[in-house]
Amino acid sequence: MYEALCLSALKEGESAYVTQVNAGPAMDRRLMDLGLVRGTRVTCVLRSPAGDPCAYLIRGALIALRRTDADGVALERQAQAVPAGAVAT
Amino acid sequence: MIRVALAGNPNVGKSTLFNALTKLRQHTGNWAGKTVETARGEYDFKGERYQLIDLPGTYSLAVHSQEEAVARDYIQSGQADGVVVVCDATCLERNLILVLQVMELTGKVLVCVNLMDEAKRLGIDVDLSALEKRLGVPVVGTAGGRQEGLENLKSAIARLVGVDAPASPRREVQERVTLAERYAAQVVRNQEEGQLRRQQRLDRLLTSKSTGIPLMLLLLGLVVWLTVAGANGPSALLTALFARVGVVLEGWFSETPAWLSGILLDGVYRVTAWVVAVMLPPMAIFFPLFTLLEDLGYLPRVAFVMDHAFQRCRTCGKQCLTMCMSMGCNACGVTGCRIIDSPRERLIAILTSSFVPCNGKFPTLIALITIFFVGGRAGLLASLEGAALLLGTLVLGVAGTLACSRLLSATVLRGMPSSFALELPPFRRPRVGEVIVRSVLDRTLFVLGRAVAVAAPAGAVIWLMANVMVGNSSLLAHCTGFLDPFAKLFGLDGVILMAFILGWPANEIVLPVMLMSYLATGSLVEFDDLAALGQLLTQQGWTWVTAVCTMLFSLFHWPCSTTCLTIYKETGSVKWTALAVVLPTVLGLGLCFAVSATAKVLGLG
Repeated sequence: MYEALCLSALKEGESAYVTQVNAGPAMDRRLMDLGLVRGTRVTCVLRSPAGDPCAYLIRGALIALRRTDADGVALERQAQAVPAGAVAT
Repeated sequence: MIRVALAGNPNVGKSTLFNALTKLRQHTGNWAGKTVETARGEYDFKGERYQLIDLPGTYSLAVHSQEEAVARDYIQSGQADGVVVVCDATCLERNLILVLQVMELTGKVLVCVNLMDEAKRLGIDVDLSALEKRLGVPVVGTAGGRQEGLENLKSAIARLVGVDAPASPRREVQERVTLAERYAAQVVRNQEEGQLRRQQRLDRLLTSKSTGIPLMLLLLGLVVWLTVAGANGPSALLTALFARVGVVLEGWFSETPAWLSGILLDGVYRVTAWVVAVMLPPMAIFFPLFTLLEDLGYLPRVAFVMDHAFQRCRTCGKQCLTMCMSMGCNACGVTGCRIIDSPRERLIAILTSSFVPCNGKFPTLIALITIFFVGGRAGLLASLEGAALLLGTLVLGVAGTLACSRLLSATVLRGMPSSFALELPPFRRPRVGEVIVRSVLDRTLFVLGRAVAVAAPAGAVIWLMANVMVGNSSLLAHCTGFLDPFAKLFGLDGVILMAFILGWPANEIVLPVMLMSYLATGSLVEFDDLAALGQLLTQQGWTWVTAVCTMLFSLFHWPCSTTCLTIYKETGSVKWTALAVVLPTVLGLGLCFAVSATAKVLGLG
């Protein structure tokens, strides 16, 4: 049982795990560089006065993203649903 | 000579380390993307000479941007005898992704975990020897801002040179990220949550709906007020000092021919002295205050708060950062536009860079505000009023930038906003002493030096124009007379317009040129007393409408010569440079026309 949502729907203080990144080729690459890949835990930390952009905690760094870009990142609440960290030593 | 490259994510303190090692002064500040060019510097260690190459900060080496291409090409070219990957100890996990990527290109890697002091303050503990074991390359901890760990770093670099380790095998992105995550989990301990929570509380205060924008205006207002209120005394002091020196110089020049002493003393000396006296105090106050905010990490928060407005103008929120730089100096703002990835959005930021008034325009704006709108009064209330009006002028400049950006986005630079990811670094405690020294030495004296270099020859030219007679009147009078009918259409007069034209090399000399023309004495006259200046302007037919129009035109007219040259260098195009000149000029003339026409129709002024 898990709930699917997108990054832009994440409320301040909420965390979830990335299932899919589909924000256009350029943004996908940039998000990947920032370490936002499948299985990454993200937390919505700040909301700007207009409500857009929001700042997310991604791998220890605070990154501001616009809603149009955050729309393309799919999340789910439970970490277990994504097979993450499955890399051999 | 041994060549060592410094690589790393943006804003990990690479430039601070570079400066500390090479004793050079590359500009630093707490936001991503300051290093826009590859800087080189040298240092000696144990009888060997090392050349350090400060590569632009990048998140990856996957060549999506110019900076990444520069960094990757350099590392791959094998020109470097070693690569130092600088990491931010407060955000090690993300930084390790780049470390792993560099290790796939070369085996001669040294990892320098910087900002150890910041991490300690935030309760983050990094086990360096454990990290060294995991990565299989040497790891050194430093606190570049406090000069800690530099000797260790130097000897580690020296040991790196002989190493001939192979590069690690290529990995998939997902694999690299997961590996970084695992290493970070093994070596980083987060002891204290309290500090992080305090950071987030400050962040919320500075960016939330109810407090973000008021606090931003308040802070900017405070900086402007301190500049306005603090600059008066020192300016008057300098003016008096230069007047005394002038008297002494006059004594020395009493034997020389009148034309020579005229050019040198009334031309070069007086104009230069004016520029120094009116420019130095506001700059010496403004730059350190601004650098403090920059060091704290506040500027990216401003960009975050303002981004929505830029998004609606279909441009990049990082333009806000380049606008902040433009307040110091438009040319710096233009160069700073390299932090914007999308060429379309970068061009828009460059074309509108002169809409934000630079330091050189402040003295003219402050003088006009004080004379015509604060009634020449002194004191706390008057300085607050003056600061509020100057703040209003700045806000108008920002509004002009946004409007023109929107216009460009809809016309010649049509397009939708590109993707946007802006890092908000942790707040750092500003290093007050160092900030003051650095900003005064590097920025203030640099900008002042450039202004003086321009003011001195301009002084000679202005004196000649005011003293070479053609027929009954001077060359300058002919020019102003010619411009007068045209200028009158826009609420200005020939003298004002001519002053802006002669002020092309530097905005600082606009007001002195105006005075020289009005007085027709052929030389610059000292005005330590603003009331006297006000009287003179009123005698010449100035009303508050003239003052408003002059301020508007000062805000929106062609960029200064240095900025024009920088725009040409950055765009490589005469066409775009011309547009950067035409755009603010048309806007300025349009606003002046609207104001003066409205005033005429309503019978005001």
